[in-house]
Amino acid sequence: MDFDELYQEIILDHSKRPRNSGVLPPPATRGSGYNPACGDEVTVFVLKSAEGKIETISFQAQACAICTASTSLMTLQVKGTTQEQALEIQRHFIDFLTKDGSSEGLGHLRALAGVKKFPQRLKCATLGWHALEAALKGDAG
Amino acid sequence: MTVPSLAERFRADFPILDQTVNGHPLVYLDNAASTQRPTSVINELSRYYRHDHANVHRGLHALSTRATALYENARQRVATFLNAEDPESIVFTRGTTESINLVASSWAGNELKPGDGILLTQMEHHANLIPWQIVARRVGARLYFLTVTGDEGEIDWSQLDTIFTDNPIRIVALTHISNSLGRINPVAEVCRTAHKHGAVTLIDAAQSAGHMPLDVRAIDCDFLAFSGHKCCGPTGIGILYGRKSLLEKMEPYQTGGEMIVSVTFEGAEWKPPPHRFEAGTPHIAGAIGLATALDYLDQVGRNSIQENDHHFGNIAATRLREIPDLRVFGPLDERAGIVSFQLGKIHAHDLVAFADQHGVALRGGHHCNQPLVRKLGLHATARASFYLYNTESELDRLVAVLHSAAKYFG
Repeated sequence: MDFDELYQEIILDHSKRPRNSGVLPPPATRGSGYNPACGDEVTVFVLKSAEGKIETISFQAQACAICTASTSLMTLQVKGTTQEQALEIQRHFIDFLTKDGSSEGLGHLRALAGVKKFPQRLKCATLGWHALEAALKGDAG
Repeated sequence: MTVPSLAERFRADFPILDQTVNGHPLVYLDNAASTQRPTSVINELSRYYRHDHANVHRGLHALSTRATALYENARQRVATFLNAEDPESIVFTRGTTESINLVASSWAGNELKPGDGILLTQMEHHANLIPWQIVARRVGARLYFLTVTGDEGEIDWSQLDTIFTDNPIRIVALTHISNSLGRINPVAEVCRTAHKHGAVTLIDAAQSAGHMPLDVRAIDCDFLAFSGHKCCGPTGIGILYGRKSLLEKMEPYQTGGEMIVSVTFEGAEWKPPPHRFEAGTPHIAGAIGLATALDYLDQVGRNSIQENDHHFGNIAATRLREIPDLRVFGPLDERAGIVSFQLGKIHAHDLVAFADQHGVALRGGHHCNQPLVRKLGLHATARASFYLYNTESELDRLVAVLHSAAKYFG
């Protein structure tokens, strides 16, 4: 059934027990994503190492299961990458959902494939990723 | 109590309801967003386009004469529906939103002075909030709010008289029935108090027009707005009722064809209301379809619809409260057929998606009531809203789907 494809076990798991949930104080940078259609809000916190890699990442979400799980899975996927690599994963993931792009290398993020059949949930699946981009380019605070 | 079984008698009039969604018979519970249309309205729209369509008020030929007669008869029909004294107090608009924008712009925009007060409640739909924010900013007026408290969404009406005494309120604009709480506001009493203090009144009747008898003379409001699509009529057509003495003093909202008496290259003279406010070719079919919808509502009986609404609102709220960890918003009794709720920690979007998968159409979100939903400490709620064609077995389906959702996401 399409619906169970959307809400796969791993999605439900990450929505109930989000990984890397919480706030990071400065000097971590933060970025937020807001969906005016539903009021959902995600804030992502990023702390980079001296070499420019994402050393620590966390997020806070007032959001649906799809959004929370996508953001939770994202934190696992981009941890330890550089800003360029993280943004490349972001582009790859969004292409996978919107342009039928390849899922190769996306790991558990492939569980979000069900979103392709529910285009009204695309914003939910990508909100945290926009917050990540803002956090990577954002100010501390 | 004998339960009026409106659905038994009238459900078959709504062909759209007879379908399956995701393999289940459709249970349509998003009526506060938009109701469905009876066959009579669908047929009248088709008949009009097949036989009578032309532009109104300008052609001298047969079709234009017929279309004009139908359009102006529709205006008379709306006046009768609202017990308005005069069809000239009825302006056709695109909907409630445009009706309120018209008053905010053409009445408040010209009448209000810096420091004047606009009184609203905290349960207003964005359509009855943002136009006032904009005009207040433009003219330097100030917004005042009647506070809404608790999950039941109560307003302390006893403070109303004092608010008028203590503040320079020039207009009060409030909803008749809250689209998120299902609360019914005492609009006639509010108008009485407002008029005692010389203030003008606007009633947002979007959620009440298709659901109960409405009498603008009994309410004694100055303006009243509603939308066709929330009362069995077409989308894109709405009504502004305005007291004629006020409409006559108001400047046009939009300008162009249809609304002028004479035009020179330098200036123009406006037609009297209501045509002054209907620039351009109006939604002729919409007006005609709306008149047919109002005929239909009176055929069903608006008192019966109101009784049916209260019945479903009350039993739905009661049965939903029996579900563990389910928080119902709105009054405990005397509610309209609108029930907003939060089930455990399940986000409204997940819940609505789950219900849809089982053929049950709900609304999830802030219902264009963002400040109020935030005040409840939430980002979104789910909402079930009932209409004359809903059945008790559909309510059973809703309750069952909520139990399943609690298990699925729990």
